[in-house]
Amino acid sequence: MKELIAPFNEAQVRALKVGDEVAITGVVFTGRDAVHKYLHEGGQLPPGVSLRDGIIYHCGPVVMKEPDGSWKVTAAGPTTSIREEPYQGQIIRDFGLRGVIGKGGMGERTLAACKEHGCVYLHAVGGAAQVLAECVRRVRNVYFLEKFGSPEAIWELEVERLPAVVTMDSHGGSLHRDVMSASSAALAERL
Amino acid sequence: MNELLESLVELIRRTSAEIPDDVNRALVTALENERKGSIAESALKIVERNIELAKRKSQPICQDTGSILFYVDAPIGLDQVAFEETAREAVRRATAKGYLRQNSVDSITGENDGTNVGPGSPAVHFHQHRGDALEVRLVLKGGGCENVGAQYSLPLEKLKANRDLDGCRKVILDAVLQAQGKGCGPGILGVCIGGDRATGYEWSKKQFLRFLDDRNPDPRLDELEQDILRTANELGIGPMGFGGKTTLLGVKIGAANRVPASFFVSVSYMCWAYRRQGVELGAAGAIQRWLY
Repeated sequence: MKELIAPFNEAQVRALKVGDEVAITGVVFTGRDAVHKYLHEGGQLPPGVSLRDGIIYHCGPVVMKEPDGSWKVTAAGPTTSIREEPYQGQIIRDFGLRGVIGKGGMGERTLAACKEHGCVYLHAVGGAAQVLAECVRRVRNVYFLEKFGSPEAIWELEVERLPAVVTMDSHGGSLHRDVMSASSAALAERL
Repeated sequence: MNELLESLVELIRRTSAEIPDDVNRALVTALENERKGSIAESALKIVERNIELAKRKSQPICQDTGSILFYVDAPIGLDQVAFEETAREAVRRATAKGYLRQNSVDSITGENDGTNVGPGSPAVHFHQHRGDALEVRLVLKGGGCENVGAQYSLPLEKLKANRDLDGCRKVILDAVLQAQGKGCGPGILGVCIGGDRATGYEWSKKQFLRFLDDRNPDPRLDELEQDILRTANELGIGPMGFGGKTTLLGVKIGAANRVPASFFVSVSYMCWAYRRQGVELGAAGAIQRWLY
């Protein structure tokens, strides 16, 4: 298990290869369908949010308000990333992302952007909402809560040792492409 | 709070937070089978820890608490209108308690009013019978796995799939291949051969009410189920699509009559976070026993 600790930078990310298991510590921002579409259409990040050298997490958490007004994340697994394929490459380029956490993998355009700009795709275990919620130490802030609703809002989370697997690296490697190709060949032999 | 309402809230809580025993057993076996030190094994260990944590904390196994699908087997005379009103109230309360995420969105405006109640949500399917038992089953089906479901119309030249069981086999395996890890595998397939487009998908989902380790009483479908399970697990897609030995935990296939002009094969994919429970209720609505 490799430790990936904020501040994230290009050298750290370039050292990662497909198949590496990592533990992520630092600040991550959630962002899913509504946020990606909004940024793609030229929307601006709210004051206080910077994705430069940062990590975006494709996640719509369950968040409860505590009696003291603070937020508590009670479930926080990844959502399917491929829906952001039309937008992700551009957002990596324009906002300087170093990592994308999600599930299911992404396509060729995102892979190319990872290679060109120094970013990796980090696959968390889909459905593991409790294990991943345990890694959230604190909710620092929330943005666009009214505009997009709770699952689609940008949640600023401090995470500690959040487990993920590098399935797309910054050298053009993709575990998803490899598994698709091997499983297609295996199926062809069995039809 | 009346007894029926209380029972339905508890059914939702337990469905969201606890994996049924039959599914848990299959996941334990899958973990034992994966190669030690592989990414597949790491992923299944996280799954196992997640199941324990969710149960202990009484919190959702997965944050996508899914489409809310009730299946009600009721004696003749049940007031279905009143039942559905109570089910909607139970969903509101379970959402306020955090057993369900605020997960239901107006498809036109994109607004989420935070209640999980709206047109089509929850979906309540009633089935009357002549007995006395009132059984309520609940499936919470997340969007990731729902999105990899597929409906094929045979013949399908691209896959050389004709209108026979071999053609069905080809398209079902194609659905597994196309899904890769995107449906949060290891998954479970519910399939319907035949029907129209709507009943085909509806029946495919009803297959999820079967026990994972049951056998199909129709020997032809049983053989197809076993064949697809074995073949899918030889493809090397593995948990989460990381590569590995367990791509599917189970395959359940039903058949509905079709019109001569149509031949649909509808495939629904359920993620490993197979949230399905059921209760038998007494006359006043109290839980008599759990069905899974």
